Amino acid sequence: MTQSLLTPSQLSRRSLLRGAALGAGVVTVPGLLAACSGGGGSSGGSGGAKQQNITFGSNYSDPTPMKALQAVVDGYTKKSGNTVKVNTVAHNDYQTNITRYLQANPDDVAAWFAGYRMQFFAQKGYLEDISDVWSGLNGFTDALKAASTGADGKQYFVPIYNYTWALFYRKSTFQQKGYQPPKNWDDYIALAKKIKADGGVPIGFSDQDGWPAMGTFDYINMRKNGYQFHVDLMAGKQSWEDQKVKDVFGLWASLFDQGLYQPGANGRTWEQAGTSFAKKEVAMVVFGTPHVALQTPQADHADIGITPFPIIDEANGTDSVEAPIDGFMLPKKAKNKEGGKDLLKYIGTPDAENAYLKVDNSNIAVNSNADTSGYEQLQKDSAALAASAKHISQYLDRDTRPDFAQTVVIKAFQSFIDKHSKSDIDALCKSMQDQAKAIFSQPVS
Amino acid sequence: MTTVATDASSTDGRPATRPGRQVPVHKHRTRPARMVLHAFLWFMAILWILPIFLLLYASLRPYAETQKDGYFSLPHKLNLDYYSQAWTGGSMGRHFLNTLYVAIPGVIITLFLASFLAFALTRVKIPFRRTLLVLFTAGNLLPPQIIVTPLYTLYYNVHLPTWLSSSGSVYDTYFGVILIHVAFQTGFCVFVLYNYMLTIPIELTEASIVDGASVWRQYWQVILPVIRPALGALATLEFTWIYNDFLWALVLMTTGDKYPITTSLNNLKQSLYINNNLLAAAAMIVALPSLVVFFALQKQFISGLTLGASKG
Amino acid sequence: MVATPVPTAETTAPRTPAVRRGRRRRRRLETRDIIVLSVVVGLTVIIDLALIWGTSIASIFLSFTAYEGIGTPRYVGTTNYHNLFTIDPTFWPAFEHNVLWLAFLGLVATPLGLLMAVLLDRQLRFSRFYQSSLYLPVTLSFAVVGFLVQLVGSADQGVINAILGRTHGNGIDFIGNPHLNIWLALAFAGWRHTGYVMIIYLAGLKSVDPALKEAAIVDGASPVQTFFRVVFPTMRPINVIILVITVIEALRAFDLVYVINGGRNGLELLAVMVVDNIIGEASRIGYGSAVAVILLILTTGFVITYLTQILRREESR
Repeated sequence: MTQSLLTPSQLSRRSLLRGAALGAGVVTVPGLLAACSGGGGSSGGSGGAKQQNITFGSNYSDPTPMKALQAVVDGYTKKSGNTVKVNTVAHNDYQTNITRYLQANPDDVAAWFAGYRMQFFAQKGYLEDISDVWSGLNGFTDALKAASTGADGKQYFVPIYNYTWALFYRKSTFQQKGYQPPKNWDDYIALAKKIKADGGVPIGFSDQDGWPAMGTFDYINMRKNGYQFHVDLMAGKQSWEDQKVKDVFGLWASLFDQGLYQPGANGRTWEQAGTSFAKKEVAMVVFGTPHVALQTPQADHADIGITPFPIIDEANGTDSVEAPIDGFMLPKKAKNKEGGKDLLKYIGTPDAENAYLKVDNSNIAVNSNADTSGYEQLQKDSAALAASAKHISQYLDRDTRPDFAQTVVIKAFQSFIDKHSKSDIDALCKSMQDQAKAIFSQPVS
Repeated sequence: MTTVATDASSTDGRPATRPGRQVPVHKHRTRPARMVLHAFLWFMAILWILPIFLLLYASLRPYAETQKDGYFSLPHKLNLDYYSQAWTGGSMGRHFLNTLYVAIPGVIITLFLASFLAFALTRVKIPFRRTLLVLFTAGNLLPPQIIVTPLYTLYYNVHLPTWLSSSGSVYDTYFGVILIHVAFQTGFCVFVLYNYMLTIPIELTEASIVDGASVWRQYWQVILPVIRPALGALATLEFTWIYNDFLWALVLMTTGDKYPITTSLNNLKQSLYINNNLLAAAAMIVALPSLVVFFALQKQFISGLTLGASKG
Repeated sequence: MVATPVPTAETTAPRTPAVRRGRRRRRRLETRDIIVLSVVVGLTVIIDLALIWGTSIASIFLSFTAYEGIGTPRYVGTTNYHNLFTIDPTFWPAFEHNVLWLAFLGLVATPLGLLMAVLLDRQLRFSRFYQSSLYLPVTLSFAVVGFLVQLVGSADQGVINAILGRTHGNGIDFIGNPHLNIWLALAFAGWRHTGYVMIIYLAGLKSVDPALKEAAIVDGASPVQTFFRVVFPTMRPINVIILVITVIEALRAFDLVYVINGGRNGLELLAVMVVDNIIGEASRIGYGSAVAVILLILTTGFVITYLTQILRREESR
């Protein structure tokens, strides 16, 4: 067998074997591999570098994100001359299957989420350290780098975009009725009561899907108890029976008790709540930008107002913003790691972000060198909000263990929405803490 | 009840026990009773299809319109746009083929193995009959999700040459998915067919047994034709189940391009840009093959053609 | 293999001559018969043992471990079971819902399916139409049934509320109210189950010798009497099938509630707990396996019932 007949993916498999001291007879492979990957984003068929075949695992299954991602891939293939095969799986299915996927037969680059949800797999040893890719990336803030870093201080993730959670309202309604976006919790309550007195439904709410309520909890918690408490609570270092947590539920319950929420949240999907907002049936809603934008006709986007979730404790102000980051990682079992790194390096460039956001305009760029001139007002406001933040959180189900978020928190919040008297809250917190203890007592690795 | 003596190609070539006897059964039935019966049946049928009409109606209307007026409203615009959109956008053609790669061999192998086993259990005194029966019956009582993790580990560790499987193992192959369908569904079919064969009078088959036919001939020429109604019903159900399955494909495969037709629906359903009317259109398209199979096999198990009558 | 062909008992037609039974000349199996039997039966048994039983037993072992689907399982004794019974707020509601599910299918949906099969097992005008309508729900993918439930039961846009004239924020919350949604889910479960039972029973009715019915009717029995005195008893094996199917469906129930709201908030079921813990990103595989083992124990009860049925049948030969 002569080396010139080997395809790059075989080469990398060979090098893996060699690493395991099995392919003793194979020589000079590393040299060739270096030639393959050396060119980085600009290798474009130059020199003796062989064309690489890279596979790309994607959960960008919706038409627009799929097209946007394809634009990124096209940009890369044009620049590098390599071929990329995109393997798209419906996003929930992709998430459901992630553990098995990473373990058995992953692609060379795999889509995922920043924060704890990524660190979990890094800690398990299923991701490849890509610190060397990061050393060549520019334009990312320290907060972004931190969100891409594992517990061991190495980078495992390259972000592509994020989106902000906030309080949304309709500018025209507010103008017409003389409402002001609330600055703090008291304003928020007073405004909601006024809207109610005026015959409106103050706050749209849905939690049939299980995740939308988490945003409100996170915000009340971070505004009341600060970012660090959020992180510690999510990491299992704080008790759910702590008075601080009960206070969060207490504040939240007051919104229900005073009838400020759209009733029946557990029976409403996020699309229906988004639709209510789009039809001006509800005055305000706490959501991520895309959730609101997607259910509102394009023509009305300029009418969507965005404001930080109200201040609860002045000490914390609005210093934390919930802005989940999506991006990509390199599975340890990838067959063509050099190719994967090359692609990740490209994804970390402003060009890649521009290509993506040109197609999918409901998200915002994370690379500060990206071109933001094409943003619509909602994107600009959303980006400004994220830029103002001292702390960026990733959303409850990305900041804590998946087993805790999926099997405990969702049910607990739905039960809270159903029943929220003081004694209910006490019982709920106890139950959550009992379960948290059982789950967090099992080590991650 | 009128027994229709149609099936002249008597399967075992024996003379019929009661040749072509027609019994006008409903003489005593009065017309009003018949009317009540039909009224009830119409009521049931309509109640059962009504939800599907809702889906059909939704699939013909633009999402923006139903979002504005609600689903229970008069239409302004009806068209088939979502059907073509679902077909092309969901890459349905390819996923249809993927499903057929799994469903057709799956159903055939399952029914063959199950019917032979049921035959062996009822007509040939093979050893450990009771144990085998319990083995298969109990096996299909469990929710299939239970075995996902061990099965995945098993598949992942059984190596296949790369020319057979790009992943180098049974994992991520159609073969693996077909195999687990066969394993699970055979249990159910053995159980059904075993019980079904118990209801068939032994006289139907004993002649050929006495004739000294081989076991294979008894199975192929005597038993199979006789259990056609049960096989027809099972084939219909099995096809529908395997066709609509997504669990096994999801947990035993990773390549999106190999996923079955249900993946097209999942893509639409899980979409952030969710459009339920489009989803309804896609679901209508996806339900079609199951319906075709049902209509094709319907005559095997319905419409007053009974086993006894077929002897005539 | 000492296999000899024998007639099975359970002859359903009393009029058919039974004299020859037991006296038949027994033919020894030839080598090629034994090969065919061994290969086909052996293959089926091996597939079943390896893929179903082997993996199920592995699950029992996993239920005593903590395992996240990655790495090696760690033995934790009965911790999973302890947590399940004491601190998991989902377990008991799920258990109760499974029992309710079983009762509903067994007392409402299954009898309805039987009734429809009996009514439609005849030459009747529109018979095909009736049968097809009832079978239609079985063909629908669950992905869309969730939306359908939404169409019918939603508080804001649902058909029931539209008919009741409650569309302006005062709709009955059939999906979000944890005391109501189980009934909506059961209605849809019954909607699918009826067609399913009907198909199996229709096939079963084909094996009833029409001579029996004729005889009964000639004797002046009403159709109802004919059914209960003649048809139903001769169909005991089919009745067992239907019984077992109902139990399987009730214990395995999962898809429907999963597509409605993920099987939470009033729609908890044991199989959903298995899925949540085993299949998804959560990967609490040891814990999910413990739920699975409890389901396994519940089903064993039915297997034993079934076993005694077989034993009785064998004895009566």
